[in-house]
Amino acid sequence: MRIQRIALENREDNHEVVDLSQLDSVIEKFKNKKGITIPVLQAVQQIYGYLPEKAFDLISEKTGIKKSELYGVATFYAQFRLKPVGKHIVKVCHGTACHVQGANIITESILEALKISDGETTPDGFYTVESVACLGCCSLAPVLMIDDEVFGKLSGKTAVNIIKEYQLKHNN
Amino acid sequence: MEQMKVLVGLASCGIAAGANKVYDKILAIKEQEKLNFELTKTGCIGMCYREPLVEIIDDTGSYLYGEIDDVKITEIIEKHIKTGEPVKEYIVKTDLFENEDDSYWKNQVKIALRNCGVINPEVIEEYENAGGYLAVKKILNNNISQETVIQTIIDSGLRGRGGGGFPTGLKWKFAFNSKSDEKYIICNADEGDPGAFMDRSVLEGDPHSVLEGMTIAAYAIGATQGVIYCRAEYPLAIKRLNIAIEQARTKGYLGKDIYGKKGWNFDIYVKEGAGAFVCGEETALMASVEGRRGMPRKRPPFPAVSGLWKKPTNINNVETFANVPYIVLNGAQSFNKYGTEKSKGTKVFALTGKIKRGGLVEVPMGISIKDIIFKLGGGIQGDKKFKAVQLGGPSGGCIPDYLAETPVDYDSILATGAIMGSGGMVVMDETTCMVDMARFFLDFTQKESCGKCTFCRIGTKRMLEILTRICEGEGKEGDIELLEELAYQIKDSSLCGLGQTAPNPVLTTIKYFRNEYEAHIRDKKCPAKSCKKLITYTVNPEKCTGCTVCAKNCPVNAISGERKQVHFIDQEVCIKCGVCFSKCKFEAINLS
Repeated sequence: MRIQRIALENREDNHEVVDLSQLDSVIEKFKNKKGITIPVLQAVQQIYGYLPEKAFDLISEKTGIKKSELYGVATFYAQFRLKPVGKHIVKVCHGTACHVQGANIITESILEALKISDGETTPDGFYTVESVACLGCCSLAPVLMIDDEVFGKLSGKTAVNIIKEYQLKHNN
Repeated sequence: MEQMKVLVGLASCGIAAGANKVYDKILAIKEQEKLNFELTKTGCIGMCYREPLVEIIDDTGSYLYGEIDDVKITEIIEKHIKTGEPVKEYIVKTDLFENEDDSYWKNQVKIALRNCGVINPEVIEEYENAGGYLAVKKILNNNISQETVIQTIIDSGLRGRGGGGFPTGLKWKFAFNSKSDEKYIICNADEGDPGAFMDRSVLEGDPHSVLEGMTIAAYAIGATQGVIYCRAEYPLAIKRLNIAIEQARTKGYLGKDIYGKKGWNFDIYVKEGAGAFVCGEETALMASVEGRRGMPRKRPPFPAVSGLWKKPTNINNVETFANVPYIVLNGAQSFNKYGTEKSKGTKVFALTGKIKRGGLVEVPMGISIKDIIFKLGGGIQGDKKFKAVQLGGPSGGCIPDYLAETPVDYDSILATGAIMGSGGMVVMDETTCMVDMARFFLDFTQKESCGKCTFCRIGTKRMLEILTRICEGEGKEGDIELLEELAYQIKDSSLCGLGQTAPNPVLTTIKYFRNEYEAHIRDKKCPAKSCKKLITYTVNPEKCTGCTVCAKNCPVNAISGERKQVHFIDQEVCIKCGVCFSKCKFEAINLS
């Protein structure tokens, strides 16, 4: 089981500055429909890149869905994040085909180059690196994805080069 | 002369390989030079190892060009499009002359994939011109009864393509027999098996066939609402499905009084998953559609009696639905003439791993694994030794080389300890460690266990710990037996398919590759030389010429040394990727 909890330090002094004003219109769209828990959370994550703790209060208040239920769903599905993420998300595929073709090497090389651990964000806030299950491009294994762009047939070296070049190109 | 047609394969993997750029380039030149030909997008052509692919159809025939880049496409436009002279060296398939890749196609029979890579998935008329929506019209025009439609599907022998292999027609019959004012049809597009992409390809390449299949199922059981539960990781599939649904509504094929039949209402919407493998299990999937945690529940009641929102529900997989219109239109016999006694028709496989020609293939049931790997797939990359093939993903198992004659049908595969699964076929060579493979799958199922059943939640964790320690050279005598004991307990005590099958990768690798486990435990050696803790790369000072190639290629800069001096690998930094070993021209890197 994978459970991501809201980090404790985050709870004690919650300095999270989040503009919740955009949420009203999003929640409004789902009102009075059934089975909305997942779509609402997806819509909220679409705005912030993650699910801010304060958003749970507001969603619960407006929709009547219990906070415990929202939190239960948010921690169950891999898609939902409870911590802020970098500007760009690097997803390194760890599907079977990529694993056989050396996905671990891709992850390790990138983490070594960026000096972070899996799931972390670079200090400059540019990248968050995640290991994910299959991206479905198995014949190009090993692959990684930066936001929506897929890069395939990688080696440790080319993966690091792609990461570096991408940042140079998009840093301005 | 008919107008020349140029198709670009724009499924996710084509795009990843750069097909979008190729498409844009063709479009730019076409507009700039005002060339007269039809340029169109299509789905997965299936030859993934040759992506990006461009097909040109002119009045002399069809020519499929592979591995197209900026330079090649310019040459093809200059020669083939402008002067009608094909560029032979880039052609990977044509009817006009033989090609080394022809054996990739020869044994294939395309039913589920009949339109993939042929039509433009974003244009409903192309689907209709290819015989689309005729199956529903046939039912209506001939007043074919619900029972007859169900009987046709039963006669065809179609079994669930998601992995379970339950007869589709029977499933429909159960849902038909349930009396209710409201019933649901769900398409399971939560393709979670890591290493499989058949469903994605069908959704991206031929979404209307799935919509039509669902409509026929809805007619058969009397459903009014359809849901496609699709992985959020497949943005292109979701986009094309939504386009297709909108087009079908405009044509009156979805919505109210569809196909002009008063009182026949059926509509479909796409529900995005949120990343949970267990949601491929039907009761978990329905919980997820209802907005809850995707945790399976006890059956009975089966979904056919009490499913989504407690109404009778029929759930089938994408590939299953894609087969339905073909069967209804052409008769049960058109499908069951292929295959074996108990496994009829064709099956789509995603052929990946250490294989020369990886891609999407559709073969008649009963073909041997060996034929798929060696005839279609062209054998193993780098002509290494074939070791095993993994079928069925985390629920399946590894079939060793000496069982490669096993025919592909539900029962023969099951007899080996693996399962047919959804169609992921990952090929492994002598450099793949089987203990590590088992560890990989257990890591996956352990994370994806929903946590409801104790044996699945904690048992998989314990198994993973044991496998990890074996891979790290810390294995103990008795570990293999402990793994087996846990495996059977988890199988017996789990509620759903995830837990019941999670130990399969471990059990099959122990069954066929016990010696590898023993080598790890007793000799602290990894026979495939793959487990990182058990290998080291060092430089042989006598052979090193100081050419610096290894240092340049090392992704983590673990290798140091001046030009023309013996190099040195820092073991603390080294991630054991083996690049130095494969790049060194002087065999100066030792692997021990």
